[in-house]
Amino acid sequence: MGKIVLKSVRKSFGDVHVIPSVDLTIENGEFVVFVGPSGCGKSTLLRLIAGLEDTSSGTIEIDGKDATALPPAKRGLAMVFQSYALYPHMTVRKNIMFPLKMAGMDIEAATKKADAAAKVLNLTSYMERKPGQLSGGQRQRVAIGRAIVREPAAFLFDEPLSNLDAALRGNMRLEITELHHTLKTTMIYVTHDQVEAMTMADKIVVLQAGNIEQVGSPLDLYNHPANVFVAGFIGSPRMNLLTGADAQAMGATTIGVRPEHMDISTSAGKWKGVVSVAELLGSDTFLHVNVEGHGSMTVRAGGDVNLRHGDTVYLSPQDGKVHRFGADGKAIA
Amino acid sequence: MATQHSRIAARFMVAPSVVLLFLWMIVPLVTTIYFSFLDYKLLVPKPSTWAGFDNYYYFLTDRTFLASILHTLAIVLGVLFITVVGGILLALLMNMPFWGQGIVRVLVIAPFFVMPTVSALVWKNMFMNPVNGMFAHIAKGLGLQPFDFLSQAPLLSIIGIVAWQWLPFATLILLTSLQSLDGEQQEAAEMDGASVLSRFFYLTVPHLTRAVTVVILIQTIFLLAVFAEIFVTTSGGPGTATTTISYLVYIQSLVKYDVGAGSAGGIIAVILANIVAFFAMRMIGKNLDA
Ligand SMILES: Nc1ncnc2c1ncn2[C@@H]1O[C@H](COP(=O)(O)OP(=O)(O)OP(=O)(O)O)[C@@H](O)[C@H]1O
Ligand SMILES: [Mg+2]
Repeated sequence: MGKIVLKSVRKSFGDVHVIPSVDLTIENGEFVVFVGPSGCGKSTLLRLIAGLEDTSSGTIEIDGKDATALPPAKRGLAMVFQSYALYPHMTVRKNIMFPLKMAGMDIEAATKKADAAAKVLNLTSYMERKPGQLSGGQRQRVAIGRAIVREPAAFLFDEPLSNLDAALRGNMRLEITELHHTLKTTMIYVTHDQVEAMTMADKIVVLQAGNIEQVGSPLDLYNHPANVFVAGFIGSPRMNLLTGADAQAMGATTIGVRPEHMDISTSAGKWKGVVSVAELLGSDTFLHVNVEGHGSMTVRAGGDVNLRHGDTVYLSPQDGKVHRFGADGKAIA
Repeated sequence: MATQHSRIAARFMVAPSVVLLFLWMIVPLVTTIYFSFLDYKLLVPKPSTWAGFDNYYYFLTDRTFLASILHTLAIVLGVLFITVVGGILLALLMNMPFWGQGIVRVLVIAPFFVMPTVSALVWKNMFMNPVNGMFAHIAKGLGLQPFDFLSQAPLLSIIGIVAWQWLPFATLILLTSLQSLDGEQQEAAEMDGASVLSRFFYLTVPHLTRAVTVVILIQTIFLLAVFAEIFVTTSGGPGTATTTISYLVYIQSLVKYDVGAGSAGGIIAVILANIVAFFAMRMIGKNLDA
């Protein structure tokens, strides 16, 4: 019902090659998250799949059929935009019913479907309001409702939560994940947010400058980053990446150690440094340590460590937790 | 700082201009009302006498009066229709990206900067003239009988001339409104399966209502008072075919030299304009709230 295959898809705007060439298979029912730095082409890729942009070359298959030249409405996909893109002069009910009306469904059936969707999304008491009279989270739900009623082959989300505050974002994250469990429809989700990517995805696609750097499950990417870029991008706080003699000693050009895989001691260890900032979060403490010859390193310690600015500490990586990368940036197995 | 003192000071400061504006409005109004109750004919060399409501009676029962109301309405509604529909179409066209957009925009705005008398004369002599006009030449070139616009379809011709002047204004306002249309909304509707036409009727038209209301309100005010175009083209004729209320007032006071009847007509015009303004404001109020 919702398998999407991209075959050497390219996209350029004039002579700017935004997407050099992408091959990607999204299985039916999968929750796929596109992450990458700003401007890397996530939105463009999503819009290519939606049909809002034309591919420069390559093919897009939806459900085994070539959809490259189909107009957006014919692809059977629904999209939720960052700005919600609700129709401001229509009530919530009319907004949700709009795609059904456009498909020529009779009013009664359409109303029934809209009401059902509203119930799932807790919108029942807002049906007669206009979007201007709703909060950000409610608007987002209306946008999702408008997508659900079409029973699309796949949902496309472009940073749907980035306009919400942190608490609401957490709630909506759960709601969308639950929705995915209920509907079991393919979802493609674009985000900047580490946490959204790690918690929601079945499969994460890491993009950089229009190229796919790695595709895999969240833990795959966390445990086995394919290259330096993915290693630095996935995980928060960032992995510590070191070059020079220490890396050479381990037979690599770059080595990486995650902050949570670093042991800290006040007496002895591999690297000696001075604490510059200690961020106390209660559950954890993030220590930023200035190490001679390596610059600043981040270490995650327990909430009970009693270290502060100016203290001298020794850091050492835990056994078997060091990632090694070659001169080309690729991981060495 | 809006303290008690500064507020009182502010009132004193604005008082002179408020008084001046009030006098500016009230003096002519009161004089006109006063004249409208006088038997005041410039051609009769006797002191003006009190006339009661005679002037109103004569003006209202004048057969031209009803016709002039209809002509005024025809001009207002006709021009509004042409400028709103034409303005939307032109704005849609100009909102598309094309080469030379900047120049085309300037050209479209140009008619608005031509004085009404000048443009009416240009239309009358260079386009609509049945002997030398451009349209006559085209008709002759096609082997047709030239059409004498200003005598055979005088009202429509005037509507055309006035609409030509106001089209740029409508286009400009509607274009600005179109440019603020949200692109993602259009894309969302496209994904929802809305055709170009449904997108226009379900999204663009509701988005434009505000701008259209503004266009209607502002134009109505000016169209009720159209004068120069009629004066230089048809002088209200043939017969009374293009006599509007403002033109009738002019005929009464400065052609027939009956200042009393002219003033009465002026007061009636003010009342009518206020009725129109009342309905227009209600309409606009509703649209601007939403
Ligand atoms: N219509 C366009 N014309 C020219 N260049 C464009 C166009 N749309 C996007 N780009 C370029 O394509 C690149 C990728 O844009 P895109 O919007 O896909 O980035 P993104 O990954 O979604 O970024 P963000 O996370 O900031 O939303 C950017 O460098 C952008 O400047
Ligand atoms: Mg984007």
